[in-house]
Amino acid sequence: MRMMTVTGTTTITTMLEYEFMRNAFAAAGIAAVVSGLVGYFLVLRGQTFAGHALSHIGFAGATGAMLIGLAPLWGLVGFTVAAGVGIGLLGERISGRDVAIGVVLALALGLGLLFLHYYTAFATQATALLFGNVLAVDRSTIATLVGLGAVTLAGLAAIMRPLIFATLQPELAEAKGVRLRFIGMAFLAIVALAVSESAQIVGILLVFALMVGPPATAQQLVTGLWAGMLLAAIIALAEAWFGIAVAYYTDWPVSFCIASLSALAYFLTYLRFIR
Amino acid sequence: MNAIELEHVTLAVGGRDVLVDTSFAIRRGEFIGVLGPNGAGKTTLMRAILGLLPPRAGSLSVFGRAPRRGEPDIGYLPQVRTVVPNLRVRGFDFIASSVHGERFGLPLLSRADRAMIAKTLAAVGAGDLATRPLSDISGGERQRLLLAQALLGEPKLLLLDEPLISLDYRYQEAVIDLVRRFARERNATVLFSAHELNQLIGTLDRVLYLGNGHAALGTVAEVATAPVLSQLYGTDIQVVQADGHIFVHSRGRDVERADHAHDDGHGHHDHHHHA
Repeated sequence: MRMMTVTGTTTITTMLEYEFMRNAFAAAGIAAVVSGLVGYFLVLRGQTFAGHALSHIGFAGATGAMLIGLAPLWGLVGFTVAAGVGIGLLGERISGRDVAIGVVLALALGLGLLFLHYYTAFATQATALLFGNVLAVDRSTIATLVGLGAVTLAGLAAIMRPLIFATLQPELAEAKGVRLRFIGMAFLAIVALAVSESAQIVGILLVFALMVGPPATAQQLVTGLWAGMLLAAIIALAEAWFGIAVAYYTDWPVSFCIASLSALAYFLTYLRFIR
Repeated sequence: MNAIELEHVTLAVGGRDVLVDTSFAIRRGEFIGVLGPNGAGKTTLMRAILGLLPPRAGSLSVFGRAPRRGEPDIGYLPQVRTVVPNLRVRGFDFIASSVHGERFGLPLLSRADRAMIAKTLAAVGAGDLATRPLSDISGGERQRLLLAQALLGEPKLLLLDEPLISLDYRYQEAVIDLVRRFARERNATVLFSAHELNQLIGTLDRVLYLGNGHAALGTVAEVATAPVLSQLYGTDIQVVQADGHIFVHSRGRDVERADHAHDDGHGHHDHHHHA
């Protein structure tokens, strides 16, 4: 028993001796907390499909940015925020919204493919975009993630009260003077920023592992707003860090480990409440 | 002083005139039952009073001035047609979202706010709903939460849009009684829309019948008559009085009950269970 503890501590210390591992933990930690908090509202509002679409649109943005020689992150941010505002402008009650989003989503992926077609130099870049490459994160990326995360959370904090009101009781919120369309638009812009963060860690195709899994798990467990937000962030953080550790020992891809933990946690809580 | 005044008001929704050249005045402290067939403009009228729908013609005043969005003196219970959303949020937070919900920033509540919410929940017998998530409560229970919410902050004017929908008969009586007591204690004005006149007969001061673009406001004896209702319903109506009750028939069919049955059909969707 004593031996095991010592061994465990030693291996964690060894793991943290590598700078790329320390960077990975830092980057994943920031993105996870932001994703968990923003994702809590995404799940509450039933807008997970819009979040999914935003990440795919981000793919076109990122590959497009690479094509013209910019950092993919800024293409990702620019395209997702613009798309978030666009979807928000369509309004809350547009019928067939899912269809419209689905069509745009497919178009965005297709565009991303076209951009890649003309940018054949770095095929690995595409894989990193789609599935994440947290082990390659450097110091400057961490600084960017901190800045982006701070902006995202400041924006969320600024609109949180009317956002909750508009989410839970749209009719009454409108009557009390909440601009539903503005709030919906601002929120999707915030989601877009969170998607950009999350995509740096788990990749565009797996942002749901951090943005939907943890909040959905948290909502199964607690029903208070603050408790739900906090738990969503904690679960996301735990899954991200634990996922990296599992990847370190097994040599499996990090994104696979995080996605599996996210799904496992969700289905365990779901099964507990299904009766 | 009048609480609500309409002078030659025309209200239109989507290019269709719902209320045409209508004038009436509701005095402060009056309990008004609002009746009429589906689509007669009950909800539209309330939205106009809330300042959400400017009249196409004529002037509408609330407490002596033009209606403005977010008027704190109005308590509003919106008619909710949608299925109870599968929200994993407890009743307390649902209600609390409306407290200063239109202001930006974090949704922080003062101790006084919390006490007020708890007191109002207890007053409508919904204290036990505070800790239960919305996904686990029935349509009737949600209706109780919405009523508590409308009474928050001691409003001077209550706009209750079909508050009796999906409540069982006993609780319908309790709701009417509760609203009456609240209104009497504070000299609050009430617009209470319903499908059946009889339940409200002992409570209301006057009745406002809407239909066919027109409105008739008066005592039950003045308004619930065959000629007035025939014009409003646009069909040949017979009014039968028996035992203090009033039955409104059209070619042998009970008009109000037929409408009500229709709503009950919708109401069942409200008993949406959580998987």
